[in-house]
Amino acid sequence: MNIHEYQGKELFRSAGVKVQEGVHCKSIEEALAAYDSLDSKVVAVKSQIHAGGRGKGNLYCPDSGDLLMEGGVKIAFSRDEVETYSENILGHILVTKQTGPAGKLVSNIYVEAGCEIAHEYYLALLVDREAKKVLIMASTEGGMDIEEVAESTPEAIHKIWVDSSTGLLESQKNELGTALGLLGAALEDFLSMIGSLYNLFLSNDCAMVEINPLVRTKSDEIVALDAKVGFDENASFRHKEWEDMRDLSEEEPTETRANEAGLSYVKLDGDIGCLVNGAGLAMATMDVIKLYGGEPANFLDIGGGADEAKVQEAFEIILEDPNVKGILVNIFGGIQRCDIVAKAVLAVSENMGLEVPLVIRLSGTMFEEGRAIIDASDLDCTSVETLAEGAEAIVGLIGGGK
Amino acid sequence: MAIWVQEDSKLIIQGITGSQGSFHGEKMVEYGTNLVGGVTPGKGGQTVELAGTEFPVFNTMMEAIEQTDADASVIYVPPPFAAAAIMEAADAFDKIKGEGVIVCITEGIPTLDMVKAVAYVNERSGIRLIGPNCPGIITPGDNGGCKIGIMPGHIHAKGRIGVVSKSGTLTYEAVAQTMSIGEGQSTCIGIGGDPVNGTGFIDCLSAFEADPQTVAVVMIGEIGGTAEEDASEWAAVNMSKPIVGFVAGSTAPPGKRMGHAGAIISGGKGTAAEKFAAFEAAGIHIARDPSEIGAVLKLALEESGLL
Repeated sequence: MNIHEYQGKELFRSAGVKVQEGVHCKSIEEALAAYDSLDSKVVAVKSQIHAGGRGKGNLYCPDSGDLLMEGGVKIAFSRDEVETYSENILGHILVTKQTGPAGKLVSNIYVEAGCEIAHEYYLALLVDREAKKVLIMASTEGGMDIEEVAESTPEAIHKIWVDSSTGLLESQKNELGTALGLLGAALEDFLSMIGSLYNLFLSNDCAMVEINPLVRTKSDEIVALDAKVGFDENASFRHKEWEDMRDLSEEEPTETRANEAGLSYVKLDGDIGCLVNGAGLAMATMDVIKLYGGEPANFLDIGGGADEAKVQEAFEIILEDPNVKGILVNIFGGIQRCDIVAKAVLAVSENMGLEVPLVIRLSGTMFEEGRAIIDASDLDCTSVETLAEGAEAIVGLIGGGK
Repeated sequence: MAIWVQEDSKLIIQGITGSQGSFHGEKMVEYGTNLVGGVTPGKGGQTVELAGTEFPVFNTMMEAIEQTDADASVIYVPPPFAAAAIMEAADAFDKIKGEGVIVCITEGIPTLDMVKAVAYVNERSGIRLIGPNCPGIITPGDNGGCKIGIMPGHIHAKGRIGVVSKSGTLTYEAVAQTMSIGEGQSTCIGIGGDPVNGTGFIDCLSAFEADPQTVAVVMIGEIGGTAEEDASEWAAVNMSKPIVGFVAGSTAPPGKRMGHAGAIISGGKGTAAEKFAAFEAAGIHIARDPSEIGAVLKLALEESGLL
């Protein structure tokens, strides 16, 4: 789960990581009031969306598609500029390298006091899957795309792996600060900041914290000018406060609904709906549909041991996608019983009516019972034994394929 | 021989009185797993009936291992308590026996809990953690065998193919594929789909290479991380036995979590294409469709003079 920059900075502030004064705004009036309230007469007007590359993104009018403004983060030197920039951002579509061509509607901005920058750095904390440790990455090349830095000058990225039994050592903090070329007051400020940030990462169950740029000001303070924070959803049971930080407009509504039903769903662009048990098999099902020349409409994992109601909900979610022209059900029962899936399929076809072709593959636990239920019904569907047969059949039925 | 768990390995269930623990406990006993008891704090001294047999419940893993001389434990404890259960088991096995296998089935454990638990396990060299968020490990036997986890036992048969996979149901698919060409399995391991886990691909490949019962390995990866690439590099140098590989997620969009916490292409890294390419470069036999694993395995066995 990701949060907005203004929320991330709130966390930073309370954890003792220095940020500039700033105000979260939802309207032009609020932005102007924010400008009046800040001491600084130079401010940054920043679009708030859950995607990176905002500074280099472009704002478009959602109705006409006209380009309104280049750059989703602007420096305003006057009240008038704050007004113009807020007007161009709020209610408009920001397209960045990370949003895809559809972009994202911007409903929030952050108006932040400016500061005098001496140097920009990059800093990130994440969990390194291979090392199985928290990794801190820092670079003197702040403000740039870190993937580009990793590509062109990998030696400019410094990495520290934290041993969970010892925690972040003073020597490691020093090593990192020194590698960034920091001295004196700036180094002291950095050492304190990095300790606070590491604690914030742990206590908030972060999946990622990225600050790009982290800056040294002309008065040698270390300030986070950006805050990209993601949480590990597995830890949501111990972070009730996340519910208030969640911005549902940033999420695909169907995915949210599926999530609430205990299903794992990701919408895709194709026309063959998939209903599968297990994440790996669900991905493999999409892959094989593609191999046979079709395009999957979704990833959908019903999990293990789903009951009839849950399978029905899954069906409804698939059928609500207007692009779906056919459905492939692929079950290899372990915990999941095939007869339960078969009964749910029948119930759905009775309740909702199935107007698209359906191919069912049942294998594993109680597959004979499942197939018998399907065979004994007057359900119009194709029953197959393997995934490959299933993919070939559904692609053929909707008139696609190679 | 099989790897890590043998047909008669003695097993403890952590969370034996919970619904998952007792449901799968029954299935494991029915399969023939040598279950010797379970642990639920506060319920020590009670017994639990599974498949017609009474099993003792202990308060702690220390007590359970001391009383039963268990070789392995399986964890069906809910996510908030699972990492602590792993560490409790690791500590108890280490102190009493100096070795032990811990299989964690639980899905949804916070990643930072796992960072801590894995470090804790790694400090105890005789302890092996499999999972979490995995189907477990099974060594099929002549009569039944040792099934530790949630996989359907009946699809397996004792044989000479090792199976290792990040995914649950895809492991079953791979097992069915070996059966379709008349081959059974030495040991099948689900290493799990979480970003931070215990046993990895290389541990499994290395054990299969050393295991006289195993002649070939089926390896199932999925998008996210670089475990498949690292394993390929290792296998190119260290594996003499043929490997058949599949990677799930060729059609997965970037930046989206595909069910498993670890199955995500981030920053353009962790794609199926990269993993297939790494497999190919390492001489691993590739199946692009899981329904072809059997046929590809058959060819690989023929090429190696094993058929």
